[in-house]
Amino acid sequence: MKKALVINSRDNVAVALAEIKLGEKLSIEIEGKTIELIARSNIPFGHKFAIKQISKGDEVIKYGEVIGRATADIEVGEHVHVHNVESLVGKIREERKS
Amino acid sequence: MKKITRSFQGSYLLDDYEPSVGASFISTWLTVFHGMNLTFRGYVRENGVGVRNHVAVICTVGCASYAARRIVELNPRAKLVVHHQGCCHIPSDIAYVEKVLTNLALNPNVHSVLLVSMGCESVSAEKIADEISKIKHVEVVRILDEEVVKAIEKGSEIVKEMLKESKKAKREEVDISELKLAIKCGGSDFTSGIISNPVAGKVADMIIEHGGTVIFGETTEVIGAEHILAKRGEKKEVSEKLLKLVREWEESITAAGLDLRGGQPTPGNIRGGITTLEEKSIGAVCKAGSSKLVDVVDYGDFVNKKGLVFMHTPGREPEALTGFSAGGAQIILFTTGLGVPQGHPISPVIKISGNPEAARRLTEHIDVDLSKVFYGEESIEEAANRVLDEIIEVASSKFTKSEIIGYDDAVEIYIRGSVI
Repeated sequence: MKKALVINSRDNVAVALAEIKLGEKLSIEIEGKTIELIARSNIPFGHKFAIKQISKGDEVIKYGEVIGRATADIEVGEHVHVHNVESLVGKIREERKS
Repeated sequence: MKKITRSFQGSYLLDDYEPSVGASFISTWLTVFHGMNLTFRGYVRENGVGVRNHVAVICTVGCASYAARRIVELNPRAKLVVHHQGCCHIPSDIAYVEKVLTNLALNPNVHSVLLVSMGCESVSAEKIADEISKIKHVEVVRILDEEVVKAIEKGSEIVKEMLKESKKAKREEVDISELKLAIKCGGSDFTSGIISNPVAGKVADMIIEHGGTVIFGETTEVIGAEHILAKRGEKKEVSEKLLKLVREWEESITAAGLDLRGGQPTPGNIRGGITTLEEKSIGAVCKAGSSKLVDVVDYGDFVNKKGLVFMHTPGREPEALTGFSAGGAQIILFTTGLGVPQGHPISPVIKISGNPEAARRLTEHIDVDLSKVFYGEESIEEAANRVLDEIIEVASSKFTKSEIIGYDDAVEIYIRGSVI
């Protein structure tokens, strides 16, 4: 069984299809190519983790679309969620207004 | 009265059972790959084809709900539709509630209607009844005009006659282009965006290819993905209507002091792994498939166009399902991750989930288990064909899980102004 899924080749995150433990070695398939990485956090079932280095302020991409912006540097294999990503929906409007 | 089956396998209302629907899996494949006609067996009425033959007992105001409930207790084959609106609204909301109650009654799944009114409420039961009577049989009982017990007795006698009359209606074979399917998501988790929503999107595309109608809504969930949807407007006006609607909705929420990011995604979504509203929106919008958007309508408007239609609705289920049902949707396809119980008295709700844990634990909620897609054993297309088969069977008389467990009283009418 596949343990993680990358939905679009542009994505910088993968989705865990099973619970992943800190330090676990993972092989992930992206359009036929396999990349190897080590989990740097416990990743709950269904949550996302970085498959590329993401710097603070970078766009987080899933479905090939921007789903938010990193609020901290995120290492490959690290859990990506509300603690290190913010939504841009309200933010864009605030910036437009000012 | 004949016995109603309560088994989860082959669950049909016995005197409504249509044995001819069994082979529809093969028919779907033949149709999809060989261009043959897809059909279901429904009740042909003046304004559409019903998949159910309800005698609906609808209260025009929350205060009359107890009497409506008692009338249905005396006539268990009638369908109870109770809500909490109908009085003490601002004028625009009074008109809104009248429109939604009228259109709910006009849903082709409804054979005939008893309106149960107090007689003192803000909405006009007479106005609603006048509109309904143009299409189907409707009667009104007013509690304040009678003694309470007499009003219930009178209502019960009317419903008994309507039930007798409704038995004369028979199902006929009709083309799937007569189907208006609404698609809604709820209890979303990461599997919704990658499995159940893409599967629903494929089903939506197939129904529209065959000339049918698909309605979707949940304006809040479009925020963050409106740019993707707007590109699909059939005409420029449709795209502009959608963008304007989403912008105004977002502004109204912001003006009310609500931090969208605080409320959406919900704590349940976040536990499931959805991080931002954009992520939820993009995953949600894919449930509508890839067809051109032909129209954008207001909440509860009766949908007349064929093709993909967006209806302005809130995300909360009782209001959204009621809006779709008022739009004329005979069936609602509900994509879920966590496995919610949603149902609606007028329009049967078919729930699908790609979360293997939910599908295994919540067999009483999930109509079609998509966990084979999760395990890589089935493609999105194959799963979509199974879902289309289920839709045809439900359209032709099969009970949904929520109809079996009896969760079909979540009706609410969405209003905009204050309750005064």
